[in-house]
Amino acid sequence: MKIDAQGVYYKDLNNQIRSAVSAGAEKIELVNVNGQYFIGDGINLPVTISIKGVPGNDLGAFMNGATIIVHDNAQDNIGNTMNAGKVVVHGHAGDVLGYGMRGGRIHILNDVGYRVGIHMKSYQENKPVLIAGGKAGDFFGEYMAGGVLVLLGMFSDDPEKPVHGYCFGTGMHGGTIFVRGGVDEAKLSREVGVFELTAGDRLELEGYLKEYCRDLKIDLKEVLAEKFVKVLPKSKRPYGDLYCPMPR
Amino acid sequence: MKNNLKPTHRFEKDISNCGLTGFISKSGQLVEGSVIIKSIALMHDRGNGLGGGFAAYGIYPEFKEFFAFHLMYESGMALQLTEEYLAENFHIDHHEEIPTRRNAAITNPPAFRRYFVKPLETAEYKEAREFQNMTDEDIIVTHVMRINNEIEGAFVVSSGRNMGAFKGVGYPEDIADFFRLEEYSGYIWTAHNRFPTNTPGWWGGAHPFTLLDWSIVHNGEISSYGINKRYLEMYGYLCTMLTDTEVVAYMLDLLIRKHGLTPELASMALAAPFWEKIDSLPKDDRELLTAIRQVYGSGLLNGPFAILFASNEGLIGLNDRVKLRPLVCATKDDFLYMASEEAAIREICSQPDRVWSPRGGEPVIARLNPGVI
Repeated sequence: MKIDAQGVYYKDLNNQIRSAVSAGAEKIELVNVNGQYFIGDGINLPVTISIKGVPGNDLGAFMNGATIIVHDNAQDNIGNTMNAGKVVVHGHAGDVLGYGMRGGRIHILNDVGYRVGIHMKSYQENKPVLIAGGKAGDFFGEYMAGGVLVLLGMFSDDPEKPVHGYCFGTGMHGGTIFVRGGVDEAKLSREVGVFELTAGDRLELEGYLKEYCRDLKIDLKEVLAEKFVKVLPKSKRPYGDLYCPMPR
Repeated sequence: MKNNLKPTHRFEKDISNCGLTGFISKSGQLVEGSVIIKSIALMHDRGNGLGGGFAAYGIYPEFKEFFAFHLMYESGMALQLTEEYLAENFHIDHHEEIPTRRNAAITNPPAFRRYFVKPLETAEYKEAREFQNMTDEDIIVTHVMRINNEIEGAFVVSSGRNMGAFKGVGYPEDIADFFRLEEYSGYIWTAHNRFPTNTPGWWGGAHPFTLLDWSIVHNGEISSYGINKRYLEMYGYLCTMLTDTEVVAYMLDLLIRKHGLTPELASMALAAPFWEKIDSLPKDDRELLTAIRQVYGSGLLNGPFAILFASNEGLIGLNDRVKLRPLVCATKDDFLYMASEEAAIREICSQPDRVWSPRGGEPVIARLNPGVI
């Protein structure tokens, strides 16, 4: 099913999408999208939504099982509190991606903005994974509580920029960040440390990357040709002593 | 049993951000107002109808030697007093009502007039030029401050050469319709869609804020307003618009026009890097930034912001140093576009050469090519 979004107000477009989903559509193709907010939000069914154009903010928020494929760049706040499903972006994306995300996948081909993976979390079998193929702004993995962030630094809009920004992992107290080619330790927050990957880590990471490379038609071998490092929180309660020192 | 429960939530989200957009043709190609209107209208839902505005450069080529005063009057008395004041102090080459078109979305608009002026050689003018070392621009600033402060109900909306600001209470596309902006063409345009947070939504409080040919549109909140305002008062700038953004316009005038800082250095003063970062820089940079933070500590803008500031020199975009508000840039041929959302750029430039997001505190600067003005 195809929907022409040219000049369609975001509420009307999302109503059309929701009607199509409840009528049992398995594939929805949106063309001429430009800036419409909230696409795919709260969708509970395993529909695939393909988007031509730049979708607006809060793409795939609260999404629970759908797949969204963006054939262009995307904006801010993708996958806010997403529960399950996948968002693939064949371009760059903005700030605050995967905010409080608790399951599913977000695969971005190019650069991402500030505060990516902020407060991602996981519980039992729910483990969100966000992979960015380009470079990231400051506060990568801020307040991260669970799940996996992967930063490749390979497919950037800007070869001059450093792979990641300042305040990396600020307030991080759970989850794992993998970075291809290492991190700039001067830009890490005090709450995190850098570690070598274990054999188990490598297996887990390769699984995530295999899926990412398949989605975005990238050569997995090239991605794996460089060494990865692992960034983990030093404490589960980084601010436990901030106001009142507590016995350990 | 009948379900009498009232819903516990309003499911309609009020998006509420503030949106801005702007572009420049570095070679001075004139672009019709309809283009910027299309771009800001795409972000309609970032505002709430309590403020919209535009700044346009290159719109008055036939009067480009004169300062173009856009005046807003809340009463006939304000108009009369201001016109007497202008006649005493200026040679007025031409003056007229700013053409408007009434539409249903705009309620109770004040009156708008524009005056193309040069300072008269009064005794006060001669005194200022000869004994106080003031330039024509300094004298204009003094007059703008005086009108805004001393004539109740009169406000200078803009006062630069070959440029003008158009703003008011309404969504930007309605304000554009009111001011008939499709009839103007300029080589720099900026636009703003307002969601007032903690200051009133009134005609003078809409963006852009201006002084001489500086104009600022801003998304965010300047929490250092009090410090900045007091600092500016020492240099004769008086804040009268009841809104934080006003300080940015005056600060740029002070730093760039008066103190001679480059736009790059002025941006470093407004969005200075943290001391930790300064300390990690090579010696020369460290000393420069330390000096800037020491001298302009009271000029530092604290709080979240994305701003576009334009002048007859060019267009600059700047974020706060931790990027708490969105800003996306794109280039196409000799054009630079900047907006809160990429979609607002793509609406008027579907295939840009390059699209990127600047880092916090990293100014994006486009200057008009030499000879354009």
